[in-house]
Amino acid sequence: MTRFLLRRLLAAIPTLFALVTLAFFLVRFAPGGPFDDERALPPEIEERLNARYHLDAPLWQQYLHYLGNLLRGDLGPSFQYRDYSVNELIAAGLPASMLIGSLAMLLALALGIATGSIAALNRHRWQDHLVMSLSMTGISVPNYVMAPLLVLLFAVTLDWLPAGGWNDAAPANLLLPVIVLALPQTAYIARMMRASLAEVLSSDYIRTARAKGLGMRAIILRHAMKPALQPIVSWLGPTAAAVLTGSVVVEQIFGIPGVGRFFVQGALNRDYTLVLGIALFYGALIVAFNLIVDLLYAALDPRVRYR
Amino acid sequence: MPQRISWLVLAFLAVFTGIACAEPQVLRRGNQLEPESLDPHRARGAEAANILRDLYEGLTRAAPDGSIVPGVAERWEVSEDGRRYLFYLRDDARWSNGDPVTAEDFVFGLRRSVAPDTASPYAKSLGVIVNATAVLAGERAPETLGVAALDQRTLEIRLAQPAPYLVAMLAHHSTYPVHRDSVERHGERFTRPGNHVSNGAYALADWQVNTLIRLERNPHYWDADAVRIDTVYYYPISDEEAEFNRFRAGELDVTQTIPVRRFEWLRANMPESLRVAPYLSTYFYGFNLHKPPFRDAPGLRRALELAVDKELIAEKVLGRGELPAYSLTPPGIAGYRSPEPDYATWPMEKRIAEARRLYAAAGYSGDKPLEVEIRYNTGDTHHHVALAIANMWKRHLGVKTRLVHEEWRVFLQNRRQAELTQVFRAGWVGDYNDPHTFLQLMHSASGINDYGYRNEEYDRLLDAAAQETDAKRRMQLMRQAEAVLLEDHAILPLYVYVSKHLVNPRLGGWQDNLLDHHASRDLYFKD
Repeated sequence: MTRFLLRRLLAAIPTLFALVTLAFFLVRFAPGGPFDDERALPPEIEERLNARYHLDAPLWQQYLHYLGNLLRGDLGPSFQYRDYSVNELIAAGLPASMLIGSLAMLLALALGIATGSIAALNRHRWQDHLVMSLSMTGISVPNYVMAPLLVLLFAVTLDWLPAGGWNDAAPANLLLPVIVLALPQTAYIARMMRASLAEVLSSDYIRTARAKGLGMRAIILRHAMKPALQPIVSWLGPTAAAVLTGSVVVEQIFGIPGVGRFFVQGALNRDYTLVLGIALFYGALIVAFNLIVDLLYAALDPRVRYR
Repeated sequence: MPQRISWLVLAFLAVFTGIACAEPQVLRRGNQLEPESLDPHRARGAEAANILRDLYEGLTRAAPDGSIVPGVAERWEVSEDGRRYLFYLRDDARWSNGDPVTAEDFVFGLRRSVAPDTASPYAKSLGVIVNATAVLAGERAPETLGVAALDQRTLEIRLAQPAPYLVAMLAHHSTYPVHRDSVERHGERFTRPGNHVSNGAYALADWQVNTLIRLERNPHYWDADAVRIDTVYYYPISDEEAEFNRFRAGELDVTQTIPVRRFEWLRANMPESLRVAPYLSTYFYGFNLHKPPFRDAPGLRRALELAVDKELIAEKVLGRGELPAYSLTPPGIAGYRSPEPDYATWPMEKRIAEARRLYAAAGYSGDKPLEVEIRYNTGDTHHHVALAIANMWKRHLGVKTRLVHEEWRVFLQNRRQAELTQVFRAGWVGDYNDPHTFLQLMHSASGINDYGYRNEEYDRLLDAAAQETDAKRRMQLMRQAEAVLLEDHAILPLYVYVSKHLVNPRLGGWQDNLLDHHASRDLYFKD
């Protein structure tokens, strides 16, 4: 187990290295620079700024410089937010992003598994049709449409919830963003859960269990649930990635002080270090999540062993 | 004994004011983006400027109507040749930690603003101060800058040439003083709450990145008695629709903008909150004068300008109070009247007839139409305007127009390189209330030469205006220069922007003004 973990962690290093390298050169291919503005800076000022941020050196030197700082855990200064370093900005955005991200994942899991199971157990009845059509809506309505709709209904018309803002993570402020973030994932999980549970229920060993005279309740909870959850667990990796990218939009709309907003602003402003830092951070998060998924998978399926 | 009395008075005052304003006044402002910096010499953009105006006070400041009034300087004198200014500072001006604001603080601030290491985006606009250009270029030490503290309360600024707009410029954040001790002690971290010391009506109390910035009234501010709002919140809300919703939900008192699509609805349903006013800015198209077909083709440029129905664009395409523009300078600049080109009063039919004649004279016809590209940065408004213009050119002249839109920084780079561009979108917002802030743009030495405009007569008139000490004569010279520019049709002015806000109807003291400056110290809640 320890060896497995260690090996996987070591394997993450080349992945992240490739990510940094790719991202470093990709952001540089985007035309325009961090200090461009309609009100152009005087050339002497631009020179100074380029020198200060090592932008005047050849690209490969800048790359080595960046890697060197990275090894020391320094993601560099932000070009745009001149009073802060990238480390500080990510640290500032981390709690909010993690909070809404993990709440959305939990909600999606709970709701998706529950409704998917209901649909599977009532196949081709109204419960099934309701869950499936709702989940279709959840998948097809993008979050940048869903968010304003919910705001209009719950904040402006009904006045039950705030229209946005963070307010020190007050539950009322968290509700709408978490729901918007969780909806599409809930829908995917519900559909997957339905298919998977239906398949398990029609397999031979379940028939055997029923023939033994076991109650439906016991069959589902003891025999069917565990194998039916396997595809859901393997889906968690992509879900984490989707929640992260979804949070970029949701953070913008609800004014949540997370990392995603910096990602957008950073890209628009050619804030190279900020974009790189966040890309790296996202990458590390997804790698970590896939590792957790693998561990969970092994726990669920006795055929899978750490090797 | 006297001490005891003053304590009594203080206690009485505390109780009395406590009763008088039972509820503290809290103002919540939408501010679009997170400010780039709260260092007045490094900041750029309207978001930072809004907050800095509350935190700091320059030698002068803008009154609610936008006019320039004394700030830390209670009065000033100008020498006969217009090159030496003496500013007399108030003796009760204080920093938020109680330290007196001295002439030395301004000297320190101005030197820092121009010093190349600061890399201030506005350093160039201080170029009129003696030695500023050399300091900025690193050729001279910041100590040689033409500013001096004659005593604690007298500041001398020497200029390389007369610049009557100096007084207006000194309300801009790039000229604010900074608290020397905190800057030297905390370095780049002096803008953090706890380290930050400011001299305006408010002090920085909290800064949660991307969440909010909270300001509390500065009790040491010389005019603190006149300040009615106790706490100001700035929320960075980049999504216009989200900002609009939060205003409607009662979570904001002032928005920074209004979503275009909501205009009609607002006009019908919330007219009491809607504030729209002309803004010190112009929206125009530039021609790439480096290359054909527009190089050496004033006739063709004039034809294209005449064929554009600017009234129609302002009223029908935009329709939010924008004014059609016939000059680079917007209307309303103090002491200045923009020149009006001959065709401005012509009916559209006459303009079109003349445009057709010029178009044909330039060698184009139905068989051999002009093929041209309009390039603009991605955005609904820009797209609609370009579409309308392409349509007018096609209908009236038969021009074939290609529309190209690009992401902002990509667009800026292409514009600057002037290789691909033909006709391109441009806009300019004045930094201070003077035609110079617009006209310097087209000077051949301006450094922003996306247009490639070079006219010796224009340069000569602007240079003469820069040396002129008589205010009236100076304005005349600038007006002549602008007339040259318009006659050359180097640019195609389209409309004057408007500033647009939603303002809580309970909020008093709000006055529409050309610069769109609304300091929190001038606002209050009516009750």
